[in-house]
Amino acid sequence: MERLSYTLNAAAPAKGSRRQAITGVVASGNLEVLAERVLPPDTCTVDIATAAHGFAAVWQAVFSDFAARHQAGGLRLSINDGGARPDTVALRLAQVVRLIEEPEA
Amino acid sequence: MARWCTQNEALAERLAAGRTHASGKLVALDRLPTLLEAVLRPGDRVCLEGDNQKQADALARALTQVDAGRVHDLHMVQSGVVLPEHLDVFEKGIARRLDYAYSGPQAARIARMLFGGQIELGAIHTYLELFARYFIDLTPQVALIAAVSADKDGNLYTGPNTEDTPTVVEATSYKNGVVIAQVAEIVDKVPRVDIPGDLVHFVVETKKPFYVEPLFTRDPAAITETQILTAMLAIKGIYAPYGVRRLNHGIGFSTAAIELILPTFGEKLGLRGKVCSHFALNPHPTLIPAIEAGWVEQIHCFGSEVGMEDYAAARSDIFFTGPDGSLRSNRAFSQTAGLYACDMFIGSTLQIDLQGHSSTVTTDRIAGFGGAPNMGSDARGRRHASEPWLKAGAEADPDAPPALRRGRKLVVQIGETFGEGAAPLFVEHLDALELAKTLDLELAPVMIYGDDVSHIVTEEGVANLLLCRDLSEREQAIRGVAGYTEVGRGRDAKMVERLRERGVIRRPEDLGIDPLDADRSLLAARSIKDLMLASGGLYRPPSRFRNW
Repeated sequence: MERLSYTLNAAAPAKGSRRQAITGVVASGNLEVLAERVLPPDTCTVDIATAAHGFAAVWQAVFSDFAARHQAGGLRLSINDGGARPDTVALRLAQVVRLIEEPEA
Repeated sequence: MARWCTQNEALAERLAAGRTHASGKLVALDRLPTLLEAVLRPGDRVCLEGDNQKQADALARALTQVDAGRVHDLHMVQSGVVLPEHLDVFEKGIARRLDYAYSGPQAARIARMLFGGQIELGAIHTYLELFARYFIDLTPQVALIAAVSADKDGNLYTGPNTEDTPTVVEATSYKNGVVIAQVAEIVDKVPRVDIPGDLVHFVVETKKPFYVEPLFTRDPAAITETQILTAMLAIKGIYAPYGVRRLNHGIGFSTAAIELILPTFGEKLGLRGKVCSHFALNPHPTLIPAIEAGWVEQIHCFGSEVGMEDYAAARSDIFFTGPDGSLRSNRAFSQTAGLYACDMFIGSTLQIDLQGHSSTVTTDRIAGFGGAPNMGSDARGRRHASEPWLKAGAEADPDAPPALRRGRKLVVQIGETFGEGAAPLFVEHLDALELAKTLDLELAPVMIYGDDVSHIVTEEGVANLLLCRDLSEREQAIRGVAGYTEVGRGRDAKMVERLRERGVIRRPEDLGIDPLDADRSLLAARSIKDLMLASGGLYRPPSRFRNW
């Protein structure tokens, strides 16, 4: 298991007021993302636990784009990765940011 | 003084030799190899019918059983190299030269045999191109074809999977060639005459149907959320703005996803009646929900699809059907329709390079072309206008005087940035180039040339190549939707951002696509069983797709 952490400059604070949101599943080729609104609004952190070693550069590229293209300020993101492809990671991140905008169910 | 009618005389000799093994036109199955030895001559051009779907399998088997001392050096001119027997005839020395179009399941073996020099390759064609050559310089002396049933006069019923047969028979029989047909049964009267009996010389009853591959069946259960996201991008970013009503969908899960979200996502956008009303397309099971929801007006088919026979017959308002009620397909006509009468082709591929050239060839697999390059190319001979065609033409050449400006076909490549086995869709150099070098081919086998491609769609967005004004813009537009492949990570971020501002690249957020919609609940059918239910039980999935 490899553990990676990133601190990102967030382009804008996350919308909505929900405290947390979770999406995805821990399964082969998939991942689970937990978002918690606990950080200053210009910061976003990501902690990853992954079974796939040696992809730090790809993760970094996915997160840089994510922070630039989405409003993720204030979020601490925790990822349980089951060896997901980068496109699945990017989709889950986009989804969790959308989900935390939604009113509590 | 030239001697004339030599071909007629040769035909008469072949037929006389064949008739000693037949009763009228009818030949017993166990006499088939003997019949073939009687009518075939060394060096003959032979069309052994088979494409990506139907196969003259009994005739293929019989051809492997002839004495290579008598029948050798045949020049095979056929759509598909699909059955093991199609290559066995080369191993046995019965055939030597090959001109073909498609080799899906034999892609690895044909590559090995080409490398090993066991096959002398003429060319790899598109279907329409090979059909065209049947009438110019690759006319078969003997055609071995497949039908459903025949009467004793040789009238053939080819049924829903008519496909290549009329074209092959036309080229062979009207140019003094011999036509031998395999049929499942001999009947008193065929349900409809697809091939007139006077063009058919011998018929063998096999007691079982010719083989058909369910190539166009995609199980909705295997569609990924990334494919759903990409499908939304294609519909909202291309289908809607161009108003694409006449089109062809390639094979694959990306286009299956589009078909399955028309009744949900497409309906929400109010696109019914405005897009996807006329198709050149096989009867894709994944199109059933859209047909049932009233999206589609008309479909002309290259072939049929296993299990779709009753559905197509019951939907004769949509499909072309014969007086017997069943589907009539015709590959040559449908390919022509795809080339000239469709405004868009959208399909998947295995590799796309920085110029937008695409290929399904990898270093150890030569899958051939099939029909995609016919559909996926701008028809330079097209002269009728339509809204999508004119709009695409204007985007490509905004300064030309409108009345003298050619329109453009929308040729769209769609796919996930990482394909099967995490292989990147985008590459610096196509494997096809390596292959061309190894085999000393004059042309690399390129499926769709970059200058024909109008758009590339991935989960990262839509790249509109028509709006690119030079090669470096084009390269960055491609890199800009290449995601986290090496090609994608090598993009010039500033230039990609400028292209995005100009609408050359449109990302999901630019198109107002909610990532939460990229969910399997958006699919109008989520399993093969759902498709069967949507058809009211008319679709009968082949057993390998039934898991209930």
